[in-house]
Amino acid sequence: MEQATEKKSRFGMLIDLDRCTGCGACMISCAVENNIAPAEQKATTRTGVTWIRVSAMSNGAEFPATDTVYVPMPCQQCEKDTPCVAVCPQNAVDVDPQTGIVGQVPQRCLGCRYCMTACPYHARYFDWWDPRWPEGMEQTLNPDVAPRMRGVAEKCNFCHGRLHAARTKAAAEGRTDIAPADYVPACVEACPAHAIVFGDLNDAESEVARGAAHPHSFRFLVKLGTESKVYYRSERAWVRDNADAFRLA
Amino acid sequence: MKHRGIIFLLAGVLAALAIGWFVFPLALYRTEPQPIGFNHAVHTGEQNSMTCDMCHEFAEDGRFKGIPVVAKCAECHSTAIGTTDVEKRLVEEYITPGKEIPWMVYSRQPDNAYFSHATHVTRGKMPCEECHGPHGSSTTLPSFQVNRISGYSRDVWGRDISGIPSEPWQGMKMDRCVNCHADRNKVDGCVACHK
Repeated sequence: MEQATEKKSRFGMLIDLDRCTGCGACMISCAVENNIAPAEQKATTRTGVTWIRVSAMSNGAEFPATDTVYVPMPCQQCEKDTPCVAVCPQNAVDVDPQTGIVGQVPQRCLGCRYCMTACPYHARYFDWWDPRWPEGMEQTLNPDVAPRMRGVAEKCNFCHGRLHAARTKAAAEGRTDIAPADYVPACVEACPAHAIVFGDLNDAESEVARGAAHPHSFRFLVKLGTESKVYYRSERAWVRDNADAFRLA
Repeated sequence: MKHRGIIFLLAGVLAALAIGWFVFPLALYRTEPQPIGFNHAVHTGEQNSMTCDMCHEFAEDGRFKGIPVVAKCAECHSTAIGTTDVEKRLVEEYITPGKEIPWMVYSRQPDNAYFSHATHVTRGKMPCEECHGPHGSSTTLPSFQVNRISGYSRDVWGRDISGIPSEPWQGMKMDRCVNCHADRNKVDGCVACHK
């Protein structure tokens, strides 16, 4: 069999904070796509699972100068010295060399939650309960994503099930590269404000690569040197100024 | 007797090995009958010369459909072909009422394993036999043995209890995927094959 030569990608995201209305459609579509069960009654914002969490940040000024921004925070897919990879005692997390996606294998996870402590973005979640779906709703489960059990950590993987499906489709058509239109994460698709752009950062022509280079684009906590691949964008200077020491209200 | 201790030790070791190799598999696996017999050779042999993908099809988006649905069988077997008991049962119990045959799948993998037949067979041009062996020319279905602990088929571990395959297509464990990928210098992260 000849060697399959796949193009090396670096998938990334650009979230326009000036467009985000904080509606939470991304969180819902993510949960549906990735088989995240409805929250238990006892779940709190700390113990519930949402692979992308929308938080509000305020400029703290008095009316009428007061201003709020909503920040959707999926896994930032850190490329360098990835904190969760560095601390995992189980090798349950790795950065995929073909895509740059930080992958989590829950079946390897022992539930120590060291990764959650290490993650500077609080983008990791722990399953405090076994997933339970209301009767009949298990019919809506996505066969491309394996549900996780109680006692393991999980996080956003840029809808990896959709990447698998796109690869299978490409292979069936005899292609080695996936079509960009075939691989769009659920949150990108669901956002009614079209605030999220997704694509290959290695492809200089892609919308995400061009958008990320814009002077009003930034990443959170660049000072840590993790080379995250989720970019944000805002015309408002106070939002950008909070990027390195951000405090969510 | 001078060597009595050694003899007792060896006898004990041999007895333990015999239990491990021959008795333990009997305890570990439960044999379950397939719902109905199936003869691959009749379909793929000279008389009909069908190819694997005529029944084991791909969907339009490249997904592999696996074991065909009963409607696929009904394309030819809407009425009984021949007079065998199996044929009669197939038509009466499944095809006429339109009921799916509850096949037990030898290759069923855990939920978190992703495998694309399109990548390997359509683009990689691997023959089916490379992984599935001469299954397509078999006249009867092999016995279906369920691991009592994991619930998976014995064919995932491989028929040989030692885990060392006697034939290259024996066993469908992760090592087999990993070894083949390593031989071809494929560098992948975990999520390339896990979902």
